[in-house]
Amino acid sequence: MTEHDYDIAIIGSGAGGGTMAQELAPLCKEGVRIVVLEKGPRLRDDEFSGREIEMAQALYEEGGGFLTADGSMTLAMGCGYGGSTIVYTGTSLIAPRRVIERWNVPGLDYREIERRSRKFMEENNVHYLDDELINENNRLFVQGCARLGYRAQQFPVNVNGCQGSSLCNLGCPNRAKQGTDRVQLPRAESAGVEVVTRCEVLRVEGRRLVARVSGKTADAKGEPSAWEPGDYRIRAKVVVCCAGAVNTPALLLRSRVPARLPRLGHGFTCHPALILVAEHERPITNFVGHPKSYYLDQFVESDGFVLETCMYFPFTTSKSLSGFGEPHAALMRAFPRLQMILVLACDRIDPRNRVTIDRRGRPVVRYRFTPEVKRALAAGTRASARIFFAAGARRVHIPAAANPTIEANASDRLDTDLDPDLFRPGSVTVSAAHLQGGCGMGLTAQDSVTDSYGRVHGVPWLFVADASLFPDALEINPYLTIMALADRVAQRIRQEARELLS
Amino acid sequence: MMKPSRSPLESVRHTFRAVVCTVVPDARELEPQAWAELEAVVARTLRDRPRPLQRRLRLFLRTIESLPRLRYGRPFSALGAQERERFLAGLQEHRSRLIRVGFWGLRTLAYLGYYGRPAAARSIGYRPDPRGWEAIR
Repeated sequence: MTEHDYDIAIIGSGAGGGTMAQELAPLCKEGVRIVVLEKGPRLRDDEFSGREIEMAQALYEEGGGFLTADGSMTLAMGCGYGGSTIVYTGTSLIAPRRVIERWNVPGLDYREIERRSRKFMEENNVHYLDDELINENNRLFVQGCARLGYRAQQFPVNVNGCQGSSLCNLGCPNRAKQGTDRVQLPRAESAGVEVVTRCEVLRVEGRRLVARVSGKTADAKGEPSAWEPGDYRIRAKVVVCCAGAVNTPALLLRSRVPARLPRLGHGFTCHPALILVAEHERPITNFVGHPKSYYLDQFVESDGFVLETCMYFPFTTSKSLSGFGEPHAALMRAFPRLQMILVLACDRIDPRNRVTIDRRGRPVVRYRFTPEVKRALAAGTRASARIFFAAGARRVHIPAAANPTIEANASDRLDTDLDPDLFRPGSVTVSAAHLQGGCGMGLTAQDSVTDSYGRVHGVPWLFVADASLFPDALEINPYLTIMALADRVAQRIRQEARELLS
Repeated sequence: MMKPSRSPLESVRHTFRAVVCTVVPDARELEPQAWAELEAVVARTLRDRPRPLQRRLRLFLRTIESLPRLRYGRPFSALGAQERERFLAGLQEHRSRLIRVGFWGLRTLAYLGYYGRPAAARSIGYRPDPRGWEAIR
C-alpha cells in the first residue's frame, strides 16, 4: 500500500471541501501540506455535453439513482471536482434567522452565518438575473402567484455570463456557474493545495486515512487521477470530512473513531421534493433560460412547504409523472408546453430517519415520510396546482391524486382528490437534493456529533465541514450555509494550526 | 457503443422489452439499433449497482412473465396490449409495498432506457442548446 504524508487532509471538494481548501490554503505558504481527496472525476470543460444520462452518470453518485433503504426516494448527490456545486442551479440564499435560532447551537450566532454567507455571495458573483433572461416557465409562476396574492421572490444566483442553457443540473456547459470547481478549488490549487480525484476514502484509522484510487475506464468522462490506481494510506495531522450528509456519517461509522458518538448518523433531513407538471395550450420557453429563478416561501411556517420553479430533463420528468402507457406518453409529447414547479417539504429530524451502513460499509439512508411531510407535500401540491391554473394551464398532473390529470374546469377536485396518505412508497416519485444532518452540531456527544466549530466531540484533530453539521432542516437551498460553516471551521483550524500541526 | 450482449438483462430481455412497450407504447416502433441503445443505457446503470439488486430485478421480471398464466393462461409477453396494461396497473396499485416499489423501479428503468436516448428526447420536442438564448434568437 502506497503511503503519503500531509498535514491536513480534506475529504470531498463540494461547498464544504472547496471552501475549506481555499480558506486553509494560506497555510501552504508556511509549509503546511494540504490535500483534497475527491471521490469523483474532474471533467474537462469540453466534456459538459448537457446530455442527461451521460452527465448524470459522470457527475452524480450512482448516476443520480441513489435510493433510500425502502426504495421510496431518490437522493441526488454530486460526485466530482466541485461536488454538488457542479450540479446545483446556483441559487444562493442566506439561512433564515428563525432556522439558525431554532437550531440553538451554543456559540453559533445568526449574524455570523449572515456575514460569512455574504462573503461568499460576493466571491461567487451572486446577483439577480436580468429580466430579459427569465423564461416563460418562470414568468408563468410569477404571474400565477401574483393572481393568487402569493409573494413569489426571485432567487439570487451565482452565475457569471449565464447563457441560459437550462442545463445547470447536468453541469454548466458554459462555465458560468460559480461553484467551488470554478472559484474556490482553482484558487486553493494556485496556492499549493493538492487535489486528488477518483480517490475514495474508505475509512479513518486514527490519523491515517485508507483510500482507494480508481482508474479511468474507457467510456468514462474526466481526467485520470493524479495518483495511480490502487490503495493508499494517507497520514494527516488534521482530517476534515466534507463528503456530504450521507457519505460523511457513513465514513465515520465505518471508521475507528476514538470516541463514543451515539448521535452519529442521526438527525438526517432532506427536504423531500415532488416535481409537478402542468400543460399549457401553446409552447412556452422552458428548456432555455435559467431553470430556477423564483420561489415561494410564505407557507413554510404555516404549512411546511416551499415552492421553486424548475425544469427537468426527459427521463427525470418521465419518472416523476405517475402511471404509464398512452396518457403518460401524451404528456411527455407535450414537453414544449410544460410548466414545472418543485414542491419541497421542510422535514424535521425524526428518530427513524438516519444514515447507517451495511455490512460492507456502504451508506444506507433510512427514511420514512412522517405525517407532517405528507401533509406538507399535499398542501404544496394544491398550492402549485392553483398557481398553474392561475397562470393559464389547461391541465395539471398531480401524481398523488387518484386520477392524476386535473382539468382547469375541474380544479375543485384539488380539495377532494388529494389525500396525504396517497404519498406512499412506490406510488409517487419523491426525490431530494438538500441532504442534511447526520453529524449535527451541539454541546456534548449526548446531543450531537460535533461542537459549533465542526470538531468531533472528543477527537481534537477530526473536523466536519459540510451539510451533515446541520442540526435540523435549513428550509432553503443549503450551499451558502455550508460555505459559511466551512469558513468558520477553517478559521478555527487556522487559529489552532500551531497546536494541531505540531 | 456498448454491446447489449453484456447486459444484466440478458436472460430476461424478452420480458423486459414487453414491459417497456407497455410502459412506453412508442417503444413498439423502435428499430433494433434503438433497442440496443436503450438496453445499453439500462445495462450501464445496472452495472454499477449491487449484484443482489440485479438478481432481484431478474426475479421480478421472471415473476411478471409467469404470473399472468394463472389468470390469462399465457405468459406476460404473449398477452395483448390491454391485458398487459391491466396486469401492470395491478402491480402499480398493489397493496404490497414491495411489489409497488419493485414495479416503480422497473418502470423507472423503462423510462431511463427510452427517454434517456437523445433521439427520444428530440422526438418529444426537447431540444436544449448549450448556447441557450443565443440559439433561439
